[in-house]
Amino acid sequence: MSDMNTQMAERYKNNFLKEIEEQAEMGEWVKMCMQCGLCSGSCPTNFHSGWDHPPQEIFMLIRAGKREEVLNAQGMYMCTSCYNCYVRCPRKVPVTHVMHGIAEYAYRIGRAPKTQPTMHLSKTFWTNATKNGRVNEVQLTQSLYFKDGISAGIKKAMEMQSVALGLVKAGRLNLLEAVGIAHKCKDVKGIHAMLAKAKELEAKRKEAKA
Amino acid sequence: MAETKTAAYICKGCEIGTRLDTAALVKAATKSGKMNLVREHDFLCSADGVAMIKNDIENEGVTHAALCACSRRAKTEAFNFPTIAMSRGNLREGVIWIRPDTDEARETTQEMAEDYVRMACAEVKAMTVPPGNQKTGAVKTLLVVGGGMSGMTSALEASKAGYKVVLVEKSSALGGWAAKLYKRVPTREPFKAPEDNGVADMAARIEADSNIKVYLNATIAKTDGAPGRFKVEIAVESGAIAQEDIGSIIQATGFTLYDANKLPEFGYGKSANVVDQAGLEALAKTAAAAGKPICRPSDGQPVKSVVFIQCAGQRDNSGKHLPYCSGFCCNTSIKQATYFKDSNPDIDTVVLFTDLRTPGNGEDFYRSAQNRGVVFSKGVVSQVVPNGNSCTVKFKDLILNEDTEAHADLVVLATGMVPVSGVNIDAPVVAAPVEAETAVEGEAPKEVVATIAPESILNLTYRQGPDMPQFKHGFTDSHFICFPYETRRTGIYTAGPVRRPMDIMQAQEDATGAAMKAIQAMENAGLGKAAHPRAGDLSFPTVRLEGCTQCKRCTVECPFGAIDEDEKRFPLFNESRCRRCGTCMGACPVRVISFENYSVNTVGAQIKAVDVPDEFSEKPRILILACENDAYPALDMAGMNRHAYDPYVRVIPVRCLGSVNTIWITDALNGGYDGVMLMGCKHGEDYQCHFVKGSELGRYRLSKVGDTLKGMNLETDRVKDIEVAITDMATLPQKINEYAALIKSFPPSPFKGF
Repeated sequence: MSDMNTQMAERYKNNFLKEIEEQAEMGEWVKMCMQCGLCSGSCPTNFHSGWDHPPQEIFMLIRAGKREEVLNAQGMYMCTSCYNCYVRCPRKVPVTHVMHGIAEYAYRIGRAPKTQPTMHLSKTFWTNATKNGRVNEVQLTQSLYFKDGISAGIKKAMEMQSVALGLVKAGRLNLLEAVGIAHKCKDVKGIHAMLAKAKELEAKRKEAKA
Repeated sequence: MAETKTAAYICKGCEIGTRLDTAALVKAATKSGKMNLVREHDFLCSADGVAMIKNDIENEGVTHAALCACSRRAKTEAFNFPTIAMSRGNLREGVIWIRPDTDEARETTQEMAEDYVRMACAEVKAMTVPPGNQKTGAVKTLLVVGGGMSGMTSALEASKAGYKVVLVEKSSALGGWAAKLYKRVPTREPFKAPEDNGVADMAARIEADSNIKVYLNATIAKTDGAPGRFKVEIAVESGAIAQEDIGSIIQATGFTLYDANKLPEFGYGKSANVVDQAGLEALAKTAAAAGKPICRPSDGQPVKSVVFIQCAGQRDNSGKHLPYCSGFCCNTSIKQATYFKDSNPDIDTVVLFTDLRTPGNGEDFYRSAQNRGVVFSKGVVSQVVPNGNSCTVKFKDLILNEDTEAHADLVVLATGMVPVSGVNIDAPVVAAPVEAETAVEGEAPKEVVATIAPESILNLTYRQGPDMPQFKHGFTDSHFICFPYETRRTGIYTAGPVRRPMDIMQAQEDATGAAMKAIQAMENAGLGKAAHPRAGDLSFPTVRLEGCTQCKRCTVECPFGAIDEDEKRFPLFNESRCRRCGTCMGACPVRVISFENYSVNTVGAQIKAVDVPDEFSEKPRILILACENDAYPALDMAGMNRHAYDPYVRVIPVRCLGSVNTIWITDALNGGYDGVMLMGCKHGEDYQCHFVKGSELGRYRLSKVGDTLKGMNLETDRVKDIEVAITDMATLPQKINEYAALIKSFPPSPFKGF
């Protein structure tokens, strides 16, 4: 995968803006930013310690051709999809989508950090949800709890046990899901076919761009 | 005119009749006012009331009428009797509306009303009907100086309105700066692509226009006269002088770019690849003519990367360069960036800006440039280092907060506008530099800093100087806040970037407006009427020369340069240059200048007509001299809003604070008034005075009153000057009341009863 990173870097040489425009979803919007900073000011995660470059700066870094800084940045993974920036942007730049696009591109070329929690959640959720066409809540919770090792997982589980018991009593949580006996959606095959088709279309589109 | 017959009319409408004892008002007009005829009417501004006055004028021979009803600003259409002298007693806005309807207030309110009746009677007796200016010229030809976009627009617009135009252009072709442009910023939906500069079309229309006479390669050698009768000498190419009779003038002399040679840190002059915006237009024109892409001047290779530096030598607060924003250069750089992107999208095009300002529909254009892939970076350039055939632009990125650099084949500096406004007539006279002959022989001549004195543009023969007065940074003065077209020389209008920085669109709008104003000025001059802001006023200043001491204060102070000096050094009034503000009248120490309907006497008589109670009555009298343009309407509006104020004030409107002659203050204080309050417009850099300098000059004059008061052993606060804007109707009554309270805290004026 890192191979793809070098390939892309080689292919676009110094023109990182072009690379983002062609490769990242919604990347063509980066040039339309007018640097007012409303997105950064509106972002609820702005006060989170993991935040390095807010959207305005990410856009500026891309235009300045700072490939490494952008691909190493945390900003795009911090997005909670609240859509504040999207709604407020005076230039109607879909900031939320652009941030997701950049994050997805970084992941695609193998530059996304391995332990990034937001990304871990996205990945886990995706695999989990697409398998049966609906989320296996117990397994999803387990994989998140035990992400940082067994002892941390047990500790977390103990902390949350009263909530879990409440959910079980109310019939909102099926513990059998833990062993894979889970609800499926009515037409799993249909879902899988749909996802396969979507993947095919996206691949085609990316091929056309490349 | 036949024998004088005076009449007073007391209106009883709008509750005047119920709030006031009108019989007593009639008595005041008859006994103290000594009017020949006094009538009451239930509703004076009704058809019946107006017919009554008309009948009196026609059948009773009334020549002077005091209408005691509402404010002089109200019902002007009903009370329009141009054949007689007329004054107005303000009983409605000035009395009943600013006084509470209570038993305690009744007595003082009635006294106030009676005083206003007496004042109106006294004023009208001191007036005559202005006959209109007889010496005026009626030339209806417009002179346009400058054949750029603004000048051409003015000429075409005036011609369209049916007026003859003389267009004088210094260079050999029409078009000015616009002609140098490869393309201009888009003017139409969707504001995406630069347009043809449009000069050829306009020049062709001018050529085809039989109303417009064009002088190319020509300058103005001499401008003499006044609106409606200017005699202009035009120096043409051959060295000959052409004479033209002109009604009014538009100066559309435009601008030059700020000299990029003053920006050595940006590499201008060090590398051929650093150009200003005009330089780039030239490159683009050459390239387009040759059908080639834009090339580097240094080696003729196509430009692969270009950096635009905004605000080069502009918005500078260090005092070295232009302190202002020229307003057009962001759009121009965006346009120039599209020259590159449209010819080859792979050219790196970067605009370094601190604030991108895109007036008009520039925001759409800005977006279209972003869509084309022009990169806009917020940064401040510190240095441009020429480096062979390319340049390194060092700048601080303001978003990423780091010092960085960019490399470019070509650097374009957006240097901004410097107006071409001729000689600064208000600049202090500098001693002439030492002549070369006087330099000591054998010594190398001292390096003389090259300061080329600007040449005069209009070469006016006015005593006040050859060119238009300037405001800030060399732009010509115009009444920024209220009447942007009006300059300080009647009948001469400035249009386009000589007035303030602007782009072509704005300049064309400006030029159209100036053409309309210039036409209005010619027409008014032909009728002997004043131009703005007393448009239509037929009065003009007359001077009793036998009393004149040749002190020259009037010629110096006239804000509009209306007064020259004749060969015997007496003031020579050019009535059609005059705006009728009365600043000369206020300035005259011997009081020999007056208007037919506004003079030292008309106001003086009113001051004397007020009944001043003795020192034991505890009824002080405060005189308010209020500017009729802002303060008086503000007082009227205070009345309309029923904001009550002190009953001991007596308000007299004046044309301008500049027209206030100190004799009025002396008269008032000697007459036993306890205080004098002066209300004028804001002065200084953001002046609001309708006559530009009037309030400033008036205040300067009044600043000397304090010493006189001290000499008379009076409190200096007995004369107070406040700045009033037309919007102050709510706060003004409070200020009046505060001042009245202060006056009441003083002992009564010792001059009462003399």
